[in-house]
Amino acid sequence: MSEKKTKRREFLYTASYAVGAVGVGAVVWPLIDQMNPDASVKALASTEVDVSSLEPGKAITVLWRGKPVFIKRRTPEEIAEARAVKMEELKDPQKDEDRAKDPEWLVMLGVCTHLGCVPLNDKGDYNGWFCPCHGSHYDTSGRIRKGPAPTNMEVPKYEFVNTNTIKIG
Amino acid sequence: MSDHDYVPKSKFGKWFNDRLPLLTLGNHLTDYPTPKNLNYWWTFGGILSFCLIVQIITGLTLAMHYIAHADLAFESVEHIMRDVNYGWLIRYIHANGASMFFLAVYIHIFRSLFYGSYKSPREIIWIIGIIIYLLMMAAAFMGYVLPWGQMSFWGATVITNLFSAIPFIGEGIVQWLWGGYSVDNPTLTRFFTLHYLIPFLILGLVVLHIWALHVPGNNNPIGIDIKKPSKDTVPFHPYIVIKDGFALLMFTIVFAFFVFYSPNILGHADNYIEANPMVTPAHIVPEWYLLPFYAILRSVPDKLMGVVAMLSAILVLAALPWLDTSKIRSAIFRPLYKQFYWILVIDVLILGYVGAMPAEGLYLLIARVATAYYFIHFLIILPVLGSKEKTIPLPLSITEPVLEATLSSATIREKESLN
Repeated sequence: MSEKKTKRREFLYTASYAVGAVGVGAVVWPLIDQMNPDASVKALASTEVDVSSLEPGKAITVLWRGKPVFIKRRTPEEIAEARAVKMEELKDPQKDEDRAKDPEWLVMLGVCTHLGCVPLNDKGDYNGWFCPCHGSHYDTSGRIRKGPAPTNMEVPKYEFVNTNTIKIG
Repeated sequence: MSDHDYVPKSKFGKWFNDRLPLLTLGNHLTDYPTPKNLNYWWTFGGILSFCLIVQIITGLTLAMHYIAHADLAFESVEHIMRDVNYGWLIRYIHANGASMFFLAVYIHIFRSLFYGSYKSPREIIWIIGIIIYLLMMAAAFMGYVLPWGQMSFWGATVITNLFSAIPFIGEGIVQWLWGGYSVDNPTLTRFFTLHYLIPFLILGLVVLHIWALHVPGNNNPIGIDIKKPSKDTVPFHPYIVIKDGFALLMFTIVFAFFVFYSPNILGHADNYIEANPMVTPAHIVPEWYLLPFYAILRSVPDKLMGVVAMLSAILVLAALPWLDTSKIRSAIFRPLYKQFYWILVIDVLILGYVGAMPAEGLYLLIARVATAYYFIHFLIILPVLGSKEKTIPLPLSITEPVLEATLSSATIREKESLN
């Protein structure tokens, strides 16, 4: 066989494999993507919560996207404690001012960033939250202070619709 | 092997066998030459086949009554327990069957470790076995989620969150696994599907496992290569069939004890509380058979490294045929390895114990030491031992030591009569 013919054959092989790979990918992708969150799950993107009955020092837990969200109305002492912490002491440095727009209200996902358990309120070495699963301690700003969790508890997107209502999501 | 010479006796048998050689296969399995010194530790292969069949049959019947929906799953399991005829029995057999399956597989694995069954030429058998073991863990985990109790839900949350440790894409993978933003109905339905599928994958791999086994034939307690067939072997049927059958009978007594006398002792009371995404149980513990790996996960203070350590603990087993550099298979002829083997057994038991305890204080310290030792055993001790250890000379055949013993006792008697 001449060299020209060999080259043409090699090109045909490569081209066929490439087209085949695209075809397989096109068939496989829908089968993989069907497992991603579907339209009905995405539709439940926001929740409104009435917080008028919440007294200082108390917290409630609401469900948003199947996950618990902690809403805590903090006391002046708790705010002071959270704001007094030096950044060097934190594993995941984040100012309390950035976590709580209105210092009185702390809104965050009640999900331990280690392996997803729900931490307990008013527990642990830092008067914040304590995760019973693998022993992560969070402070009054929900920041990780001790234990295996890598990051602070996540603050979701939220806003005050009026003075009594928080919209999460 | 005499397979190729096999001719069925009946005319129909011959006609059929020429078209589909099933009878040749049957003949191969009955005549299969087996080392005649196999002890009871070798009966767990048969016991494991039994466990798989039991899980498939009870699983199929449970699936006729179970409803894979977040709102109905918990109730449907209670419906099985209270209303379905013999539902309690079938479910208890299935739930305890999983534990019995793991009990048998751990004995089977540790038998291989002791007698060096993973060594050349049996590496592929071993690796298929490790894949089966991984699939068993996946099936057991997903099966435990199906009753949709508190432990189901939070176990699923913790285990799926392991994937979030992967840098950058972890969060996306977890949401893909969940089909949402938390463990919920889409997670349950897909877990049910996969829980249904995996046993059949295992069944296929078991066929390959046995096929690969039948190429070199069984290892044996003294771990030497033997001629097949020879005076060192016996046909599988009836010798091994009877021995396996007797062992299976003993095993089913233990099995029945759990099913009838303490069906919930291996489970967790929390799983009789319906799943609640707002409250985590005070103490999340996986099923007993996953505890050593759970202890390894928790002994590392870093999230990603903890997951890496846990996976490595399993994957290091797959590399075992190349990590163990000793040419001698059986621990009987390896005085040092034998001691390290038992230290490893104790180490794994300790890991299992601390895995069930809270990860703090002394428990955490013990878990860290035991985790370190686990890896030291496989990555340092075994490779070094291969060149340093002074092994005991191997006999030439299985019958040799026996014949020698009779020979020498005969000589002694001769001498005595002379006196």
